[in-house]
Amino acid sequence: MSKISENKICYHCGNSCDDTEIIFDEKSFCCNGCKTVYEIFSESNLTAYYDLQKSPGAIPKINEGKFNFLKDTQILEKLLEFNDESIQIATLYIPHIHCSSCIWILENLHKLNSEITSSQVNFNKKTVRITYEHKNTSLKDVVILLSTIGYEPYISLDDYSDGKKHINRSMIYKLGIAGFAFGNVMFLSFPEYFEVNEFWLDQYKPVFRWLMFAFSLPVVLYAAQDYFISAFKGLRAKILNIDVPITIGILVLFIRSTIEITLDMGQGFFDSLTGLIFFLLLGKFFQQKTYSFLSFERDYKSYFPIAVTKIVSETEEIPIQIYDIKKGDRLLIRNEELIPVDGILINGHASIDYSFVTGESEAIEKKSGDKLFAGGKQTSGSIEMEALKEVKQSYLTQLWSHDIFNKNKEEAFVNLTNTISKRFTVAILSIAVLSTTFWLFYDASKAMNVFTAVLIIACPCALALAAPFTFGNMLRIFGKHKLYLKNASVIEQMAAINTIIFDKTGTITSNKKSTATYDGVPLTDSEERLLKNTLRGSNHPLSRTLYDILKANDIVTLDSFEEHIGQGVQASLNKDDIKVGSANFVGKKELVKSLQTSVHISSNNNYKGKFTFYNSYRTGLSKLFNELKQHYDLAILSGDNEGELNNLRKILPTKTKLLFNQKPKDKLEYIKYHQTEGAKVLMLGDGLNDSGALAQSEVGIALSENINIFSPACDGIMDASVFHKLEQFLIASKRAIKIVKWSFLLSLLYNLIGLYFAITGQLAPVIAAILMPLSSISIVVFTTIASNWAGRKLV
Amino acid sequence: MSVIYILLGVSVIVAILFFIAFIFAVKSGQYDDSYTPSVRMLFEDELIEEKTTDKTILTKKE
Repeated sequence: MSKISENKICYHCGNSCDDTEIIFDEKSFCCNGCKTVYEIFSESNLTAYYDLQKSPGAIPKINEGKFNFLKDTQILEKLLEFNDESIQIATLYIPHIHCSSCIWILENLHKLNSEITSSQVNFNKKTVRITYEHKNTSLKDVVILLSTIGYEPYISLDDYSDGKKHINRSMIYKLGIAGFAFGNVMFLSFPEYFEVNEFWLDQYKPVFRWLMFAFSLPVVLYAAQDYFISAFKGLRAKILNIDVPITIGILVLFIRSTIEITLDMGQGFFDSLTGLIFFLLLGKFFQQKTYSFLSFERDYKSYFPIAVTKIVSETEEIPIQIYDIKKGDRLLIRNEELIPVDGILINGHASIDYSFVTGESEAIEKKSGDKLFAGGKQTSGSIEMEALKEVKQSYLTQLWSHDIFNKNKEEAFVNLTNTISKRFTVAILSIAVLSTTFWLFYDASKAMNVFTAVLIIACPCALALAAPFTFGNMLRIFGKHKLYLKNASVIEQMAAINTIIFDKTGTITSNKKSTATYDGVPLTDSEERLLKNTLRGSNHPLSRTLYDILKANDIVTLDSFEEHIGQGVQASLNKDDIKVGSANFVGKKELVKSLQTSVHISSNNNYKGKFTFYNSYRTGLSKLFNELKQHYDLAILSGDNEGELNNLRKILPTKTKLLFNQKPKDKLEYIKYHQTEGAKVLMLGDGLNDSGALAQSEVGIALSENINIFSPACDGIMDASVFHKLEQFLIASKRAIKIVKWSFLLSLLYNLIGLYFAITGQLAPVIAAILMPLSSISIVVFTTIASNWAGRKLV
Repeated sequence: MSVIYILLGVSVIVAILFFIAFIFAVKSGQYDDSYTPSVRMLFEDELIEEKTTDKTILTKKE
């Protein structure tokens, strides 16, 4: 049967089921787990799940006891959104949500558990909001139900934080108000533009004018308040930011218009005023592109579980909240659970996967008595450990007490617009003063008119829009090419970079593939076949890697197979005996402790040789480095030993600095030191251990093989598949800066035209009403077209 | 011609009513998730098919 089904894929999860195909209901499944899910669905008439999308499921991971902490009322209270006598509501984050089938099945949960009254999916955020009656069911039951159908929720320490996350919608309100007022004011101001001395029009002028005044009040008082606040803050810090001339413009517009209509001098500039604020807010809104499925603010809390199991006595185990763990507590870590604190392994077989921390995917074996560091994930069975520290004092979590994590990078950065605005404001104020003095002598009655007109027309609306629209658009283009940036100012920072620092493991090396070389006595065909079949039975990560590298062989049934945990495997077939594993295990004395990872092989107790594993580097690495070296200083900071030094020397340009054995804090300090020497650093990392370095650098980008899984706090997340495009992204961000500069020039041109009308004292409301939107719109058009053109070169 | 007061009053009130509706829509979270509803609205049919004809339609679709 196995021959026919070689290309078969699992009906439920889409994995290939070559080895262990299970036929059920004329469909093939890769494992019992998937089959069970199918059974659950077909019993409840939910098989439409498989029609919406082919093989949408995930292999369910059922882990008894993992969610025991959900019984704890204190923890439960923090997780629930709503809780009364009969109904509870909880929002759960489910990483697997990825297609329409997922939405469909999760919104039909009530068919699987009748106590669930409703469930609603937010696809972008990958969350499901479940309402249920808790008399006969509990959150634990709901979570376990989700786990059994392959949608295990991810509940982390982050969910335990106090206070529900508040969604800030003030931006939409402000935009709504400004847009609403702008539209109405436009209609009301229109009749007067034609200036016909029509009897009825003159009659109703005051009504129209005061209505416009009423509409513009909420705009000035509410919608524009961010500009006032920012200008005030800027002035207090003695910085003339772009919001200073904007605020002056808004205030002068409003005050002059109000005076004009009270004294019946004219219709005022209410349409220009509301239009200006509407366009400005539109720019801000456009810049605020957020990727709701990504988070750029993650710290260790997003990785850590809420609770673990504490062993109180031989017979009693209780769930304990992570923050309550004290030194000396005995903890039970189950398979696939995270180690929350530094501690000592007491018993059990520990195989710790530190990929969250270092990016290294290969599990590390530990013996009882060994030290375990927080952040590792246990991958084989349960272990017992004793806590040596509290959570916040652990080696990994200590990093977050560094003050770099409290700094706001965006605030410290003076952007291009504000640099220009300083000179701009000074120039405008002097023009206003000069022209007013001239008119004071020439025709004093017009002096005030000219003074305010200059301030109105020079209000740098177009100038303020140039950067948000260019960078906002660039942000979207980058997003399409799988580089997701936190905000638009990162693009500006990227353009100024002169040093690029890479992490090694997981960043320039890929997690998926590994290469190995063999040295020793060549293996005979029968030995190779035996080796391949032996590896087939072993679940050790190195065995799996080696199994994939070796060429295909017939599948044979071994006479004996024995796995010695932490040492290696032994197998025999037709009197041939093979041992695969550590040097000691196969009976070879290692004289020099090798830095490289290798697997030794002996056949019938004769030592044959060893496979040495090398990191496999991402494709295009060497080319990328050679391109980058012309404009940037390059360095590699690795937390690993020097095993790869020679290999890296060969493929990278000679100027590249290579530093090994770097602790998380060393990386941070290294970057800090270079920044004091004027370096503008872009750091590319992937693990939690790079967090400090990512925060310290001007631009910290996390590289990820799967953007949906966790990456540390950073300014941007890059999909590993576009790693080789790094230089193109840097070039594109430089082009974006150029576009902004050109549009500054364009908007200055408009200002000059406006200033002509203002200085000569002939600024009529209708001119302002035409010139201001015209300049804004043409800037928006120019920047959008130009940045799309620049983005097109990103192939 | 003083009817213009009524006209203005009505038009402004209607406009404000729409504006209030918009504010409430934002407040209730309608604009928070702009993707899922577009998928959700296509689901109803599958459920009915499932209940009435069960498997015959499923095999046709495949």
